[in-house]
Amino acid sequence: MHMLEVKNLHKRYGASEVLKGVSFTMDKGETKVVIGPSGTGKSTLLRCINQLHPPEKGQVFLEGVEITDPSVDINKIRQKIGFVFQDFNLFTHLNALRNVSVGLEKVLKMEKEEAEKRAMHELKHVGLGKFAERYPAELSGGQQQRVGIARALAMDPIIILFDEPTSALDPELIGEVLEVMQSLAGEVTMLVVTHEMGFARNVADEIMFMEGGYIIESGSPKQMFTSPKHKRTGEFLGKIASLYGEE
Amino acid sequence: MSDFISFFAQSLPKLLDGLSITLFLTFLSLILGFLLGISLALGRLYTPKIISWLCIGYIEIIRGTPLLVQLFILYFGLPSVGIRLTPITAAVIGLSLNSGAYQAEYLRGSIQSIKSGQMIAARTLGMTKIQAVAHVILPQSLRTSIPAWSNELIYLLKYTSIAYIIQVVELTAEGKFIAADTFRYLEIFTMIAIIYLSLTVLFTEIIDRIEHRIRIPGLGTKRTTLLRDA
Amino acid sequence: MVSLEFDVLINALPQLLRGLENTFILTAASLLIGSIMGIFMAVGRTFGNKIVSTAIYLYEKIFRGIPLLVIFFLIYFGLSQIGINFEPFVAVVIGLGLRSAAYQAQIFRAALNSIPEGQSIAARSMGMSKVQSIRHILLPQVLRLSIPGWSNEFTIVLKDTSIAFSIGVIELMRQGRYIYVLHPEMILPILLLIALIYFVLVISINKGLSVLEKKYRMKGFDLTVDR
Repeated sequence: MHMLEVKNLHKRYGASEVLKGVSFTMDKGETKVVIGPSGTGKSTLLRCINQLHPPEKGQVFLEGVEITDPSVDINKIRQKIGFVFQDFNLFTHLNALRNVSVGLEKVLKMEKEEAEKRAMHELKHVGLGKFAERYPAELSGGQQQRVGIARALAMDPIIILFDEPTSALDPELIGEVLEVMQSLAGEVTMLVVTHEMGFARNVADEIMFMEGGYIIESGSPKQMFTSPKHKRTGEFLGKIASLYGEE
Repeated sequence: MSDFISFFAQSLPKLLDGLSITLFLTFLSLILGFLLGISLALGRLYTPKIISWLCIGYIEIIRGTPLLVQLFILYFGLPSVGIRLTPITAAVIGLSLNSGAYQAEYLRGSIQSIKSGQMIAARTLGMTKIQAVAHVILPQSLRTSIPAWSNELIYLLKYTSIAYIIQVVELTAEGKFIAADTFRYLEIFTMIAIIYLSLTVLFTEIIDRIEHRIRIPGLGTKRTTLLRDA
Repeated sequence: MVSLEFDVLINALPQLLRGLENTFILTAASLLIGSIMGIFMAVGRTFGNKIVSTAIYLYEKIFRGIPLLVIFFLIYFGLSQIGINFEPFVAVVIGLGLRSAAYQAQIFRAALNSIPEGQSIAARSMGMSKVQSIRHILLPQVLRLSIPGWSNEFTIVLKDTSIAFSIGVIELMRQGRYIYVLHPEMILPILLLIALIYFVLVISINKGLSVLEKKYRMKGFDLTVDR
């Protein structure tokens, strides 16, 4: 049984169809990276998976359970799907520790002490143990995003979705976030939408290239970078690679 | 229902009398308040310490005390020092003095929201402080204070009703007299409420249109709009 | 002719303070009603369906569009015509409270709208229900952001309790009147004293809430809500 199965997702916004039938599967511990030009539905895909934007057509299965079924308790499902946002979306009124522990306390109904212990553990995991008392406004972008990752990790999710986690960061802060993500690979099932080719190449088990609402091609990093089957894939990867100064 | 309509028709003339007083008070106080407000705002921002402090003091005192107390002081209190004002005069003075303080604050907010660089640029061009204020600062801040100003208009429209307490026969007063005679408080004051409400909606609509007409692209006319640097 | 007999003023103080006590109770009760209703109305308008939203919109428009005095007359005199009788005091609390709700709803709503939507999304994404996300993530911030606007409303309600005078409630103004009716030559000093009392209260409230705001200010978040 696959951890995540996405079957024929269709999503439209107003007149335009943003997802035109996307299907793929993910197994436990896998890291898959979705790349492609902006506006091709990559973010939408993630938000369809956790039902923030329910798809018009298609199904999503989490550990065999169909979560697109309207009778399912979506809040319970979301507890098992972690989400890391491009803009971090930390809770402004809570310090780092509380940002991580609030979900444990209020959603998973943990005791406050236990929640905070767990939260501290995760903060240390992402290297921010000393910053537990700081508020989001007092943290750099990279630190905020790492808190965001800790917040997602703390809920002990089955899978974590990353929506362009480094796109809003200053260049020198990108590294620390990618490092954390890399350390999670293999242990945590991750679906990552990103432009970071280095990460894709080094960490992904599989890369999916999306354009125009379809997955054009998917394959191992080696295969995608050196011998892509589709012309568009090669074009896109080539452009991005040279933009980011990589070969 | 027809009884209600005939009651309404009967009361209408007196209500309209009262309404004309209400509108008179509203607009006169708004205008006088505006003149006072500009003076206070400019006085607060651009004059030497002593005058500035006096302006601030005035504004704080007026905003810190109820309108009713201010009207009472003018109408009931002043006679004991030999100044007797008619109810309407006291009302106009009181409302204007009151409105002036609030308008000063709105204007100050608008003036201060204009980047200081513009003032510097104006002075660099050779304008005197007065010219800079007149030609650069005020045209913009007057536009950006329109929402607050429309607020003030509505506020005055409603608070002229307090003049009833110092014996001005405006709309609410007329209503009270009719009601005291006929005991039909509910009907009369519902009518009056509808009149005030209609005026409120009407004025808001008119000011919105004016604001739209004189809008300058890039100049946020809404208080909560952030100006973006291109 | 004005005369400044200080002993009259001194003797007047206890009476004025009794009136002030009522002024406080009126203010507190009205604000409380306004706050509770205001929060529900703000949430209702932001998250409710079209019907709820429109109903609240109309309520706000009505209670912000008619004078307080008219509201008092309708509640105190008007309702008694159809058999609903309120004491003047209660009528004032209801009137001020209902009106304050309309304004507080606006204040809370502005604060609510200023919180980036992303935070709600993050909350929902971790499995919080709509209600939970409002309760744990949005409301704590809304309350903090609303302090400036609320402090404004506080002083407005305080000052407007003076209008309760007109339907016979014995608050500060009316007590003052009882005094100067007996001592007409002291009317100006007494009115000035009353003005002073209000002034001191308003300044204290503003200062006090400003301290509160600083204490609970969320770093990195600035909002000035005007009325």
